[in-house]
Amino acid sequence: MSVHIKQDHIRNFCIIAHIDHGKSTLADRIIEKTGLLTSREMENQVLDNMDLERERGITIKAQAVRIIYTANNGEEYMFNLIDTPGHVDFNYEVSRSLAACDGAILVVDASQGVEAQTLGNVYLAMDADLEVVPVINKIDLPSADPDRVAEEVEDIIGIEAMDAPRISAKTGIGIEDVLEAVVSKIPSPEGNSEAPLKALIFDSLYDAYRGVIVFCRIKEGTVKKGTEILMMATGAKAEVVEVGYFGPGQFIPTDELSAGMVGYITASLKNVQDTHVGDTITDAKNPTDKPLPGYKKVNPMVYCGMYPADGAKYPELRDALEKLQLNDASLSFEAETSVALGFGFRCGFLGLLHLEIIEERLEREYNLDLVTTAPSVIYKVHKTGGSIIELTNPSNLPDPTLIDYMEEPIVKAEIMVTTEYIGAIMNLCQERRGVYDGMEYLEETRAELHYHLPLNEIIYDFFDALKSRSRGYASFDYEMDGYVRSELVKLDILVNKEEVDALSFIVHADTAYDRGRKMVEKLKKEIPRHLFEIPIQAAVGGKVIARETVKAMRKDVLAKCYGGDISRKRKLLEKQKEGKKKMRQIGNVEIPKDAFLSVLKLDDED
Amino acid sequence: MKNLEIYIHIPFCIRKCNYCDFTSIVSDETIKERYVEKLIKSIENFNSDVSSYSVSTIFIGGGTPSILKPEFISKILKAIYSKFIFVEKPEITIEANPGTLNREKLKIYRRSGINRLSIGLQSADDEELSILGRIHSYEDFLQSFNLAREAGFNNINIDLMSAIPNQTIKSYRNTLRKVVELNPEHISAYSLIIEEGTPFFKNIELFEKYPLPSEEDEREMYYLTREFLSKNGYFRYEISNYAKEGYECKHNLGYWSMTPYLGFGVSASSYFEGARFKVDKNFQIIEEEKPSIKSNIEEFMFLGLRKTKGVSSKDFRNMFNQELEFYYKDNIDKLMKEGLLEKEIVSMDEYLLSLTDKGIDVSNVVLSEFLLD
Repeated sequence: MSVHIKQDHIRNFCIIAHIDHGKSTLADRIIEKTGLLTSREMENQVLDNMDLERERGITIKAQAVRIIYTANNGEEYMFNLIDTPGHVDFNYEVSRSLAACDGAILVVDASQGVEAQTLGNVYLAMDADLEVVPVINKIDLPSADPDRVAEEVEDIIGIEAMDAPRISAKTGIGIEDVLEAVVSKIPSPEGNSEAPLKALIFDSLYDAYRGVIVFCRIKEGTVKKGTEILMMATGAKAEVVEVGYFGPGQFIPTDELSAGMVGYITASLKNVQDTHVGDTITDAKNPTDKPLPGYKKVNPMVYCGMYPADGAKYPELRDALEKLQLNDASLSFEAETSVALGFGFRCGFLGLLHLEIIEERLEREYNLDLVTTAPSVIYKVHKTGGSIIELTNPSNLPDPTLIDYMEEPIVKAEIMVTTEYIGAIMNLCQERRGVYDGMEYLEETRAELHYHLPLNEIIYDFFDALKSRSRGYASFDYEMDGYVRSELVKLDILVNKEEVDALSFIVHADTAYDRGRKMVEKLKKEIPRHLFEIPIQAAVGGKVIARETVKAMRKDVLAKCYGGDISRKRKLLEKQKEGKKKMRQIGNVEIPKDAFLSVLKLDDED
Repeated sequence: MKNLEIYIHIPFCIRKCNYCDFTSIVSDETIKERYVEKLIKSIENFNSDVSSYSVSTIFIGGGTPSILKPEFISKILKAIYSKFIFVEKPEITIEANPGTLNREKLKIYRRSGINRLSIGLQSADDEELSILGRIHSYEDFLQSFNLAREAGFNNINIDLMSAIPNQTIKSYRNTLRKVVELNPEHISAYSLIIEEGTPFFKNIELFEKYPLPSEEDEREMYYLTREFLSKNGYFRYEISNYAKEGYECKHNLGYWSMTPYLGFGVSASSYFEGARFKVDKNFQIIEEEKPSIKSNIEEFMFLGLRKTKGVSSKDFRNMFNQELEFYYKDNIDKLMKEGLLEKEIVSMDEYLLSLTDKGIDVSNVVLSEFLLD
């Protein structure tokens, strides 16, 4: 593959879309069309290369690929296609990936139209000064209405869309038009290869053999093997070992990366903590005068306790978290102890999806069986003495007499919904203590609702509730909007009269009873019967506000013993024993580990 | 000479019952005949040395062995008789379903040496029988039972079932009463479990029309069984088995005491010379993993504890050259404290460990505690 392509023949772009609108499929088609892989060779969706990403149909870590495209004018272009995460949890990562591009293909589903997430991403792209090229996808669907959707894009987003390529990434219709639009509409990168080095880190990953691999876009200057680089925000310095670009699913070394290019750098770096996304790399010997704008350190928004189901696996959990952190600078953790669960870690995440992904990776890739406690946001506890505690673990809430007042984080939310479900969604927001800020009609049948919502009301199951109450028609985006003072209390759960610290959480005083009620009902279903009766209670400040009882066990005997088939009986007993291993012992009660998270999904299935 | 038990599997039925998850099929006569030929050949060709064993029991189970022509049963037994050495008065059982027995068959059974009959009644209520998918009525059963008595069978088991859909405590009590009036020597009373893969499992809508008894009722039926049967001279010697003094099923007791056994016929299991193996559907023997000492210990416990008498610390010592406490001290202490297990000191060097009534109620929980890590 030729690398002697002039800077004005480079196109750096990404694809932005609402989840399920076909971003990954389009990426696959583009790669396939440019001849890098034949469709037979290509495992579907090459860009999403973690198993988990593929299963969930979302992109977690940004990835990139370089392809060469011979345009209709006969000339060769170098495309750097940068994939971006598609979830609100990863908004900052998205914004940095966008900053590595000069343009964005906006994929809109020909039947679904513009959604809240689409808008969120488009605004991010526009903030980054990207040329947005709309594409209308899934025109092969019977429900497709590309004219209406094109109009919608023009009306709602305000960009020209009537001549947007109308494609089907799935069947391959119109992909050529997309590639030509990239050539003609997206500008070539600016920047001087002779200037001092200025490169934007948009991702990094840890490889056991090569150490940290930094993904970057060179904005100015040139980097090659031997360059001594400096990370301007973290101050880390290292010598470049290798530079290269991204083949599909592989790294291809090259001599140098110069202004306008996208590629990777490996250097003598052991820790991704040194390579923050958004930071600027420069030449330590010939540094640039100021870093690229837009860098910020991302902070976790949601915390929870993670404990090994088998206490002896604590060191393994620590190792696994350390390894994951090498690849994920936004994951934080510190050791903590729970009366109920023993030794574990309080971990910080960007959001609930991030939490679930980490949990699944720990279980799948590291074979750990985990118990996860109720996720919590960071509360600000103002103590009577005037000091402030940032509380991430509800169990650490000081005695109420020592608390002056508390504050909780709130978000500004935009919810797009078809008009028939406005009532249902407004009810939901009301139940979740939302403050209504207004509503606008985007078109006759669709509106955008604006709310301020406490973060702790949306981290558990808000998204599921939103989907179920709108039959999937509502979409949602949010951003943090500071802290407000709030009447908060700690809700405790007692199982067989013993407080289970891992189940405690902070709620608004007005919803404590309702939450407590639902918690005990749910726990009643989750806790298997024991040989004795088990009371389950919810309490606030020592006062019981709700109670349920798990009745004592019914009889449970082996089926007919027959023909000496011992292995069958053995299997049954082994299953029984296995089930028991998945339990946590609280006093003399065994609680299934799944109960700790499932009790939080409390929205009624109505 | 060591004792050995023999199990013969006859996988044919007139129709499959709704609760059945054992190997059984509905077939025509030629298939049955070919099956019997293969079965006999597998007995004749069994080539391990059996000269140090004497056979104490034979159990012909199924399926429904009694739907075979009785001559086939004679032939099968003949093959066994000529291959093995026997103890004096071995127990030889055949399973039979009402509606498949007649005078002629029973006579041939007797003549072939069969001295114990196990009849699957399940319920004395005709509607319950039809819900279970049984092919017979209570009247059919009565006729079969009487014929068996006339033919000279003086050791008869009747299989019963509780927790049948639509069953009430009253109807179950009625079943127990009717059965006890007949004065059989042995009663097996199981509570229905809806197993995966059974017709019931695939047709759960059925339970909307014929609800399963409530948990409370099910429990009451279960207690009623023991109470009613013990009042009438049947003592419980295993979780689900009751017998008059001296009429315990030796074959089943053998399984729970780790007596070696050989199984012939499709899907039959064997435990012989320390190895477990199974016959596949082509009559090939599949060697299972040779049980480790660990799994032998576990099995000694979880099988032995099914017996009301329990397991003996002395037997354990003799078999494994180690004290029972060595492996299970903590578990035993815990289970005794919870009232699930009890200990009876027999002598200076022997005690018996058995499930309490409460332990029997939740036997899966207790028995699973005896799986070692």
